[in-house]
Amino acid sequence: MADRLRSQAKLEQLQARFVGVGHSSTTKYEWMVNQHRDALSSIVGHPPLLAYMSTALGESRTQVRQQMLEKMIMPCGPPPPNH
Amino acid sequence: MDTFPSLFLYSLTIQNSNYVQNSCVASLSGKKVQEIVIATESRLLVYKVDPNDGRISCILNHNCFGIIRNVAPLRLTGFKRDYLIVTSDSGRITVLQYDLGLNKLVPVYQEAFGKSGIRRVVPGEYLAVDAKGRAAMVASVEKSKLVYVLNRDSEADLTISSPLEAHKAGVICFSLVGLDTGYANPIFAALEVDYSDIDHDQSGQAYENVEKVLTYYELDLGLNHVVRRWSKVVDRSSYMLLSVPGGNDGPSGTLVISEGWISYRHLQKRFHQIPIMRRKGNEMEETATPWAESNPENKDLRLPVIVSAVMHRMKGSFFYLLQTHEGDLLKLTVEHDGQGNVNELRMKYFDTIPLSVELNILKTGFLFISCEGGNHQLYQFENLGLDDGELEISSLEYPDDFLVTTGKNIFYQVRGLQNLSLVDEVPCLYPVTDSLVVKSPLLDDPTQIYAISGRGNASSLRRLKRGLETTEIVASEIPGAPVAIWTLKLSRNDVYDSYIILSFTNGTLVLSIGETVEEVSDSGLLSSVSTLNVHQMGQDSVLQVYSKGIRHIRSNKQISEWKLPADLLITQSTINDTQIVIALNNGELVYFEMSDDVEGGQLNEYQERKTLTANVTALALGPVPEGSKRSNFLCIACDDATVRVLSLDLYTTLESLSVQALSSPANSLCIIPMAVGGYTTLYLHIGLMNGVYLRTVVDVTSGQLLDTRTRFLGPKPVKLYPVSIKDQKTVLAVSTRAYLAYSFLQNLQLSPISYSAIEHISSFASEQCPQGVVAVHHNVLKIFTIDSLQDDLKSEIYPLMCTPRKLVKHPELPILCILQSERNFNSSKNYQDLGSHSLSSRANKDLSPLQEREWSSYISIFDLKSKQIVHACKLGDNEAAFCVEMVYFKSKDELFLVTGSATDVNLETRACSHGNIRVYRLKDEGTSLELVSHTETDDIPMCLRPFQGRMLAGVGKHLRMYELGNKKVLRKCEIAPVPLFITRLDVQGSRIVVGDSQCSIRYVVYKHDENRFLVFADDPIQRWCTTSTMVDYDTVAGGDKFGNMWLLRCPADISRLSDEDNSASKLLHEKPFLNSTPHKLELLSHFYTNDIPTSMKKVQLVEGAREVLLWTGLLGTVGVFTPFINQEDVRFFQQIEFFLRKEVPLLSGRDHLAYRSYYAPVKGVIDGDLCEMYYHLPREKQEVIASELDRTVAEISKKIEDFRVRSF
Repeated sequence: MADRLRSQAKLEQLQARFVGVGHSSTTKYEWMVNQHRDALSSIVGHPPLLAYMSTALGESRTQVRQQMLEKMIMPCGPPPPNH
Repeated sequence: MDTFPSLFLYSLTIQNSNYVQNSCVASLSGKKVQEIVIATESRLLVYKVDPNDGRISCILNHNCFGIIRNVAPLRLTGFKRDYLIVTSDSGRITVLQYDLGLNKLVPVYQEAFGKSGIRRVVPGEYLAVDAKGRAAMVASVEKSKLVYVLNRDSEADLTISSPLEAHKAGVICFSLVGLDTGYANPIFAALEVDYSDIDHDQSGQAYENVEKVLTYYELDLGLNHVVRRWSKVVDRSSYMLLSVPGGNDGPSGTLVISEGWISYRHLQKRFHQIPIMRRKGNEMEETATPWAESNPENKDLRLPVIVSAVMHRMKGSFFYLLQTHEGDLLKLTVEHDGQGNVNELRMKYFDTIPLSVELNILKTGFLFISCEGGNHQLYQFENLGLDDGELEISSLEYPDDFLVTTGKNIFYQVRGLQNLSLVDEVPCLYPVTDSLVVKSPLLDDPTQIYAISGRGNASSLRRLKRGLETTEIVASEIPGAPVAIWTLKLSRNDVYDSYIILSFTNGTLVLSIGETVEEVSDSGLLSSVSTLNVHQMGQDSVLQVYSKGIRHIRSNKQISEWKLPADLLITQSTINDTQIVIALNNGELVYFEMSDDVEGGQLNEYQERKTLTANVTALALGPVPEGSKRSNFLCIACDDATVRVLSLDLYTTLESLSVQALSSPANSLCIIPMAVGGYTTLYLHIGLMNGVYLRTVVDVTSGQLLDTRTRFLGPKPVKLYPVSIKDQKTVLAVSTRAYLAYSFLQNLQLSPISYSAIEHISSFASEQCPQGVVAVHHNVLKIFTIDSLQDDLKSEIYPLMCTPRKLVKHPELPILCILQSERNFNSSKNYQDLGSHSLSSRANKDLSPLQEREWSSYISIFDLKSKQIVHACKLGDNEAAFCVEMVYFKSKDELFLVTGSATDVNLETRACSHGNIRVYRLKDEGTSLELVSHTETDDIPMCLRPFQGRMLAGVGKHLRMYELGNKKVLRKCEIAPVPLFITRLDVQGSRIVVGDSQCSIRYVVYKHDENRFLVFADDPIQRWCTTSTMVDYDTVAGGDKFGNMWLLRCPADISRLSDEDNSASKLLHEKPFLNSTPHKLELLSHFYTNDIPTSMKKVQLVEGAREVLLWTGLLGTVGVFTPFINQEDVRFFQQIEFFLRKEVPLLSGRDHLAYRSYYAPVKGVIDGDLCEMYYHLPREKQEVIASELDRTVAEISKKIEDFRVRSF
């Protein structure tokens, strides 16, 4: 029992500390939103990826960067209704 | 069993990318000089601008072996020098200091704060420094913000505190600046959006209502903690913050830039707003402030976006330059009352320059712009746009409640440069979308790299050439072809040469150097014989050596001759300031010294002659050391393929000191002291008959020859000429090409010079050209200078219309086909039109916003001989072009040009209305195109490849084989070998290697009898393939979108099975493995390059060396991978890497091994860039590593150098 409590506490600690740590009832939507935000922040953060995107889109890096950050707010639309 | 990998590669960067991730102005060296610091993707460069002539030059280049994200200057109060704060992927904040003595950046602090890597919540994306240098904030895209308090201790050294947290979960940060608050508590302003409600709101209402907030984080220096001092909801479209000077200089506060508007905000201060001015032509009836929502239709219109901004302080005032996405610079001034209140914001049009990423203004009146594509530029301010009659708008016309720009004139007319003038450029290749190597005997230089680079108007085709830059001054014809050339000074103290002496087979021509070059006859030199050597000696004598004797000409034209008996001839000779040695045809060496005792000098022969057993092929005397009467060494090369060093010391004259055997008789010798790494060393350069060049060190005490380096220069015998360039003693080695041996960055380098063919050379000094070279080639006399001693790829630039995408060469004709396509073509058409005529506003007015989003694609033909675009044609309307290929169709027995494009492309969804395959016939030697057929396809054709007299096309996820019919291309065979989207095709025999946009490589075999494609092997790892090339039949090398390079090999038995005649049914019915093909590819090597490889080729770059893998990256990196030949070398380099990882100070604090293994562990590749850091280590550390490896420092340097020489 104590072990279970401890692991529970540890998990909670991780969840508080890091963004995107899942739990047993993580929904597909939560997981997907987290993935998208990770991917978008990776594009913004890695210089070659941002350069790649901006070359393909024909827009300046500032513009592409801003679009990616905007997308991070709601990357996959509103969450699906609960059933 | 030997588990040693069968393939090991040595990675070397030929050309570093000059892409700018971030740049800033800092005063690193103190002395009131400002430098420009540029962070490329993994390097820190420091540039210096010469205020007199406006030349910009790189003074420091540091490889950090990490991904640099941000760099900012930091100055503590009262300090004269700046520190640099750097954030990278190391999970550390690094503070660097410039060490003047070592000319290096040294880390002062490397404080770890989080995980390594670039992650969503690890700080490093944003970096803001307090204006007074008291604190710095690092923030991540989401959640994390850390504040470091910076201070100084009693020794005036910088101290850094442990970080203070200001985290808030669920908050995305858009921009971060440090405010200037004078000496009040430091404040950082962040532009944030809180998304935590949105994830739980099913109605989507929360997203509609989401607010963007300007938040002030205040560091309370007394309590040592960070508080959220102030929050203010700003326009939802805001994206950039700028800080306003505070304290005594200004009102302090923040400028918030949003779509179309700029507003001033600060705590309880008054709010001001001003619309961003627009070009004439983009006129609309009225534009609402976006937060007013009064006119929702206007949302679609493209308002100017500010892409970069810079603030410049002058005495008592300051201004901002803002650049819009069209390239226009706007000048923004903030009028304040001196009591901390802003009166108004004023804005006016300043100038139009190329689109930039960063703007930097130097106090000396220069503007450095790091361009989005193409070369970076340095401008000089001519004036500051005062009283120039341009329209100036003021925020007073737009009070807070005034939310639309109805009827107000905020439009400016674009014009040519008025306030700035271009002074210099820094070459930059970014973005390189494709490249190829042209090997053609028709061209003057057999191996050439062509790369397409740039974006929009800055697009260009570039010919990359290795070599030192030269400038030709004179090229004139002379009667006959000389066999030798010299320049001559008349006295020891002359600065400039007086004569050029040309020796022909039957005579000698003397030309005087002056305003004009003309023949002289009163020089005293014998003109009826062919001269062997001529030199100025003693105080003011001239010595001429010819086959029958020596002629001594004194300054008073008094001549004395030393003649040989009739049967003897002089074969070789060498002269320095006081000594002469000649070799006779009977094998005797005669030695003379010049004594200055007598007026005009006197030549004294040494009483003994040395008799040699072999014929002398070359002689060399070292230069006379300062304060000494003679050089102590004479080098002789004999036809028994040896080089000997003889002593000329007073007591051991002509005694042999050392011998070295050579691979072939020497053709030319040259002894020269060269300064390498701060020490001056005496080098003997040897040019052999077989085209090999050797360089060895002469031990000045014993005369022994040590540390020999060899290099093959070309099939012709090598001739050596000492030349002085950039105040440095160098040697020009001439074989089929001319190479220069010189000392550069503590290293002795040998680089080709980019100049036409030359045969004989001499150094040349005149008033107009103090450090030049005079050369002859057949009967042409040329004078040129070598401009810089930086050996990198020089590019010749041929401008293109819009962003190039693909490049192919015709297999026979000297033409290149360039495919270009551009999104938003019209809107990006900006500054280039300005030079000749300003944009007509009418033409732009006709464009609806929809049309602006259009794609435009062109195909251009570039003639390699005339070096220009000879033909260009547009593809269809709103078409994005993706691929071009030269395809031979067997049925027509003709070579066609085929392009693949798609109409109405949406890049985000990768959707299109239809794809197009167009076939063109090349007419008139390939100088024009005729459309033969046009076929529509159901998806985007991304890749084309000729295949067995037909054509392969990757259309969406389908691999198809097409035959050329009369009206269309006809589909003959099809398969969907990959799950998503084919990006690459490579073909050898019946084997097709297919690269997918996300799912790595698959091997496909075409079974001719059954007319069927079969997928037989794939890669268990997902790689987002951007480029690939087949290294051999079983192996493919490629690069992916995340900056990795990898090699995959198909196991031999599978490879064999796939090619067997009746294997089709076996391959088809085998049990799939891991939900895919039955067989898997093996990974041979993997390496993180930190640049996205866009092209990869297997080519031979060095005469006589092995083939290497040449790759170019999007950011402009050009690199090679050279295979190792033996295992000992691999082990040796692995050890060197091991020691260097420990010894090399890594500026970003990233572990080298972790950096090269960013996505997957590095495998089978040695990092040559790290190995070359060995040269830059201090001598003691070099020795420690050498002793650990049981070798000498010279041996290790030689090994490392050898690899570079062999690869490139």
